[in-house]
Amino acid sequence: MPAVQETVEQVKSIDVDQYKYGFETDIETEKAPKGLSEDTVRFVSAKKDEPAWMLEWRLEAFRRWLTMDEPTWARVDYPKIDYQNAYYYAAPKAFVAPKSLDEVDPEILKTYEKLGIPLREQELLAGVLRPEGSSRVAVDAVFDSVSVATTFKEELKKAGVIFMPISEAIREHPELVQKYLGSVVPVSDNFFATLNSAVFSDGSFVYIPPGVRCPMELSTYFRINERNTGQFERTLIIADKGSYVSYLEGCTAPRRDENQLHAAVVELVALDDAEIKYSTVQNWYPGDSEGKGGIFNFVTKRGDCRGARSKISWTQVETGSAITWKYPSCILRGDGSRGEFYSIAISNGRQQVDSGTKMIHLGKNTTSRIISKGIAAGRSDNTYRGLVSAHRRATGARNFTNCDSLLIGSHCGAHTVPYIEAKNSSAVFEHEATTSKISEDMLFYCRQRGLSPEEAVALVVNGFVRDVLQHLPMEFAVEAQKLISISLEGSVG
Amino acid sequence: MSLLEIKNLKASVEDRQILRGVDLVVNPGEVHAIMGPNGSGKSTLAHVLSGKSGYEVDGGTVTLDGVDLLDLEPDERAAAGLFLAFQYPMEIPGVATMTFLRTAMNAQRKKRGEPELSTPEFMKRVREEAAKLSIDPEMLKRPVNVGFSGGEKKRNEVLQMSLLQPKLAVLDETDSGLDIDALKIAAEGVNRLRSPDRGMIVITHYQRLLDHIVPDIVHVFSRGRIVRTGGKELALELEARGYADYEQEAAA
Repeated sequence: MPAVQETVEQVKSIDVDQYKYGFETDIETEKAPKGLSEDTVRFVSAKKDEPAWMLEWRLEAFRRWLTMDEPTWARVDYPKIDYQNAYYYAAPKAFVAPKSLDEVDPEILKTYEKLGIPLREQELLAGVLRPEGSSRVAVDAVFDSVSVATTFKEELKKAGVIFMPISEAIREHPELVQKYLGSVVPVSDNFFATLNSAVFSDGSFVYIPPGVRCPMELSTYFRINERNTGQFERTLIIADKGSYVSYLEGCTAPRRDENQLHAAVVELVALDDAEIKYSTVQNWYPGDSEGKGGIFNFVTKRGDCRGARSKISWTQVETGSAITWKYPSCILRGDGSRGEFYSIAISNGRQQVDSGTKMIHLGKNTTSRIISKGIAAGRSDNTYRGLVSAHRRATGARNFTNCDSLLIGSHCGAHTVPYIEAKNSSAVFEHEATTSKISEDMLFYCRQRGLSPEEAVALVVNGFVRDVLQHLPMEFAVEAQKLISISLEGSVG
Repeated sequence: MSLLEIKNLKASVEDRQILRGVDLVVNPGEVHAIMGPNGSGKSTLAHVLSGKSGYEVDGGTVTLDGVDLLDLEPDERAAAGLFLAFQYPMEIPGVATMTFLRTAMNAQRKKRGEPELSTPEFMKRVREEAAKLSIDPEMLKRPVNVGFSGGEKKRNEVLQMSLLQPKLAVLDETDSGLDIDALKIAAEGVNRLRSPDRGMIVITHYQRLLDHIVPDIVHVFSRGRIVRTGGKELALELEARGYADYEQEAAA
């Protein structure tokens, strides 16, 4: 059978069992009453023991949300979401913020162990099994609506780095949170961000003081476990003048027949000469071959290059979710600032991806670079949607965009929707795009050399995404490479 | 025992018959040349032997070292010891040649139940073989065949052959697109791989390649089958007289 034909056959028989993170953790949880009202917002805020200003902020968001409509412009199709038929808060029962890992429910620790996420510092610190020179990673683990463990807190503290659940930061560092929360993604930014502002439960908070190079990678792993529960996490990262941080988030969820909503907001602020590198490996449950179940991933991510010569770089590997609606963006406000977006989006089965970026050039001599690789297999749809704009005063703005799409089989779709606006005549914007089908001859060449159909596709696809993979931190590039092969399992024989 | 045995092989593309009963026996250590006019089905024979999709086998048998090749997938045929040097080697963007070589070697070893090569072992072998072919180590860092000159592509094919150590190598128009210097380097590489337990089939339109890779046996291929077999002097005769006689003969 021709290799591509085989691919198509296999895609038809793709099975959810290939999603290896689909297990569920049996644990008692405490939930907010079902549905969404001011009372829900008050409940969440009270659970978090929040100060009055935070509750007011949330309530204002909620009132704004009531007046907003769900956006429909993306190239995705899904049944109407009943916002009153979901839980907005779920926490492991008898949850008291743990002081050490020994206080964390062993079931939860087991869950993270199964996911391959190390939470035990002592094991990490032992360092025996780790290759020389590889950096350690501090992890914040978010389970449903609460953060269950943050590692390496003490060591980070010595460097002056603040890395903690945002719920704690609201209590312990109100001045920082009040100054920056909502300053990049305003409360009324869009339907999903506003919803998040009203009910967000937890997430990570990072502050890097001036001139500090964060001594290790920071990482948050999000896990949705509870049924019918939305996850609304909020991440806020501030890199003060001349500082540097590299941050990674990973996400998984059990397989369920019903869809679950994930509406996160991530805000990044880079002051003068600061650099933030934000990497995502998104592997939410994608649903089964008929499109049943899976996570609706409606996420607002935005970075503000607020200071001169600051730099924000987004790298994402998107393989999960039934629907992805996500545009990590950069506002290039500071003169000489730089934004980067490197993306690999893989869709298989009935997945729908509408993702891309916005590069808003406001300052002088700002530069941006977009490299997007979309791979569509099965009956999936994969859209790149991007905006590059130069403000009137953005003299010398430069952008380079490259969007490549690779199709596997003949029942999938790849779409590219670039918007370009230049209000300054000195702006130089370059855009390159290609769409190709995985070539039968290329696969045959590999197979004649002894590669199985699976190995051949994995090799060709890894070559296709190489430009982006090399921007991921070393440890995660390997993980991402494996994930790509797993995601395309079932797209080959 | 013979190495390769092709009996009455018939194959077609979209209901058009291309191979009309090919019979060929290659013994270990022999180098066979298959010569013939364009469109006679020489390359089709190479593709059918290696299991390329798009061809329908209508009859006949092919065994390599006693193994029925037609029953195997292309990658299984490769692991069984069949190597095809492509007339037009494919480009694989983003995949370093080194990675490709290693993936191929280990894939075949895995299929044969052999352990994977260690990195130092692999590096040593690649360096040695590359040096013999005057391949610049820098070339091995570049993506497979992307931006390679015609000569580099063909040398890369010979390099793969020398690393994979096949039982039977089929060289499809290895001379096409090469100037005389590049041709000599490629031919030297192939000659080094001649061995008492390896068979080769050299497919070519022109005699000039056979000045450098001297065959033991020459076959004339016309209209989908072998119409004449002889020694190496047959190639010279073809060079002088052309294929016209054979085309009429095959049509008759």
